[in-house]
Amino acid sequence: MTTTPWKFTAKEIVEKPELFTSGHRACAGCGPAIALRQIMKATRGPTIVTSATGCMEVVSTIYPYTAWKVPFIHTAFENVAANASGIEAALKVMKRKGRLEHENVDVIAFAGDGGTFDIGIQALSGAAERGHDFLYILYDNEAYMNTGIQRSGGTPHGASTTTSPAGRVIPGKPQYKKPIADIMVAHDIPYVATASISSWQDLLVKTRKGLEIEGPAFMHVFTPCPRGWRYDPSKTIEIARLGVETCIFPLWETIDGEYSLSPQSKILALKPERKKKVTEYLKMQRRFRHLFKPEFKHVIDEIQQMVDKRWNRLLKRCNMTQASQS
Amino acid sequence: MAITQQKTLAINGDEAVALAVKQSDVDVVAAYPITPQTIIVERFSEYVADGEVETEFVCTESEHSALTACLAASAMGARTFTASASAGLALMHEILYVTSGCRAPVVMAIVNRALSAPINIHCDHSDSMVERDSGWIQIYAENSQETYDSIIQAFRIAEHLKVLLPIMVCLDAFVLSHTLENVQVLADETVQKFVGLRDVPQVMGHEGREVPFKLDPSNPITMGPLDLYDYYFEHKRQQEEAMKVAPQIIQEVHEEFSQISGRKYGNGLIDAYHLEDADIATVCVGSTAGTTKTVVDRLRKEGVKAGLLRLRTFRPLPLTDIVKTMENVKAVAVMDRSNSFGGHGGPIYHEIRHSLYDSPTHPHVVNYIYGLGGRDMPPAIILNIYKDLQEILKTKRVKRDVQFAGVR
Repeated sequence: MTTTPWKFTAKEIVEKPELFTSGHRACAGCGPAIALRQIMKATRGPTIVTSATGCMEVVSTIYPYTAWKVPFIHTAFENVAANASGIEAALKVMKRKGRLEHENVDVIAFAGDGGTFDIGIQALSGAAERGHDFLYILYDNEAYMNTGIQRSGGTPHGASTTTSPAGRVIPGKPQYKKPIADIMVAHDIPYVATASISSWQDLLVKTRKGLEIEGPAFMHVFTPCPRGWRYDPSKTIEIARLGVETCIFPLWETIDGEYSLSPQSKILALKPERKKKVTEYLKMQRRFRHLFKPEFKHVIDEIQQMVDKRWNRLLKRCNMTQASQS
Repeated sequence: MAITQQKTLAINGDEAVALAVKQSDVDVVAAYPITPQTIIVERFSEYVADGEVETEFVCTESEHSALTACLAASAMGARTFTASASAGLALMHEILYVTSGCRAPVVMAIVNRALSAPINIHCDHSDSMVERDSGWIQIYAENSQETYDSIIQAFRIAEHLKVLLPIMVCLDAFVLSHTLENVQVLADETVQKFVGLRDVPQVMGHEGREVPFKLDPSNPITMGPLDLYDYYFEHKRQQEEAMKVAPQIIQEVHEEFSQISGRKYGNGLIDAYHLEDADIATVCVGSTAGTTKTVVDRLRKEGVKAGLLRLRTFRPLPLTDIVKTMENVKAVAVMDRSNSFGGHGGPIYHEIRHSLYDSPTHPHVVNYIYGLGGRDMPPAIILNIYKDLQEILKTKRVKRDVQFAGVR
């Protein structure tokens, strides 16, 4: 990538008009709503937004109201990447035919974890392979929250949801989270990143990179959900930060397939003693409460092992030295 | 306007579709291959590869995404086209409703093919008939010439500001899609002039401003919102109002097209064949009408007052025209190339019987399910249907109202 990194001050960001405005119907402490507001602060010009069915679509567009100050379209659940494909195709042909008013129009597609890990992965994979120029934002709140907290491919191991309830025998979701961002890296697209609402500058910079880059860009944003994760709504950012600090959700990016750690995670690679135990993260959320019963304690060990395994794999990909076992 | 110079090409129905799309200055074509529609996208991709069109061609990973991409491009104000059949159309089912609900005037060619299981690639109308309630206009073509003409007309009808509904132009698998026929084609400039540039209506946007109904960064609007019990019903009612206006627009466009092409298909909605004085008549859609016409000719020579009603549009259902043209007919056989399992007859039968319920002559209406999975419908079977009608005429009695024709 040849573009110089986008520089901005907090004042500029505050003063930039809101494109995702207040008055939407998201819950108090909603992580995805924070992400959307921050992301829309990083747009660089004319932008069209499309969204999959899900929390953010539902809370922001209850007819006849809308929270969007940019053109917005929702069509269905599993096809937001196809929406983006159609929009981008129309922009291309209209530009060719001299019917486009603007020199450049950016396209952003939003979808939750259900709309990305599960039902939307086919359309996403297809759009990535075709190379449409758009930024796909996965706002990951780790379950189908809009329909009432059902497990998705993005739900972590051990989490209790309404379709993976913590029972007497089965301690929450038996499977592990699908490594969706790595799957997108494997599509050999020019830009893939993970980001967290706890590191807003990093999120903004990555958004701008994703928009500036030619071709498909994918960003996986960590967005805690107080309703589904069962914690006090005031703790959203704190939990998002713990996700990063425990390496449950490391921050990194790939430019043309080359992995590099972002500052908040890089520091943990350089100073492994700062890497926190997963227990600190798990104990704050009642979706993991059952794991602290003696009979399910082994699940916490399993989670720690998987986090360490994936973290070490990531360090190798980033050409970082192996962190000592925590 | 005068009838313009035309060329005669020996092409099949799929190629006729591809050519009509090429000439109609389409902005975005998104499609996915499925037999027997594939030739359409193959030919079209050759036009793209040879630089003969400016169209953006998107080869999607599924029909679901193909229609979605067309819908989203259409929301941008682009002219869009896709094609599908059978399982592909079934996969689009969800997005068919979204497309009409978003009032996106997408044009789609459907090459009518049987639905699985058992898997079968040949002609019947199960795929499009099941989508009759999806809010799309449906035109059924009798031959490849009509297919070519209907595709061109479809852009004008769908994009008409009083209509803004998507259209399916249906052609029979293999019988039309893969069979060479002499097709008269207009010059590119003639078609381009006929279809013109797509326009969008003005709607109320943010802060109560009048803005164009499209995704436009200068005039942002929100499309495809969550629409609950306080407005949804009115939006659905608006779709029905558009369907009510559609027949007039279909006829106007059909009439205008006939002035440059010299070709007409009945009144644009129905194609009545020897119905003025007919005692007995069949009703059908698609290519079977061609075969049936030769049977009617034969019967007429024998002095039998036989006729045929071919529905060109099934949605909107030309109810008034059906009643009017059938007013002297005493016995009617509806031929359905699809079945409504457990529904006592096929979908066309249901609607013709419903249309004629209030007709003063109150004719006998019977049903023949035929040709499922590409089973041939030869003149002999059609002749037998007319013989059954003669029997009904004579005895004034219906022995069996719903039957299968040509099944073992």
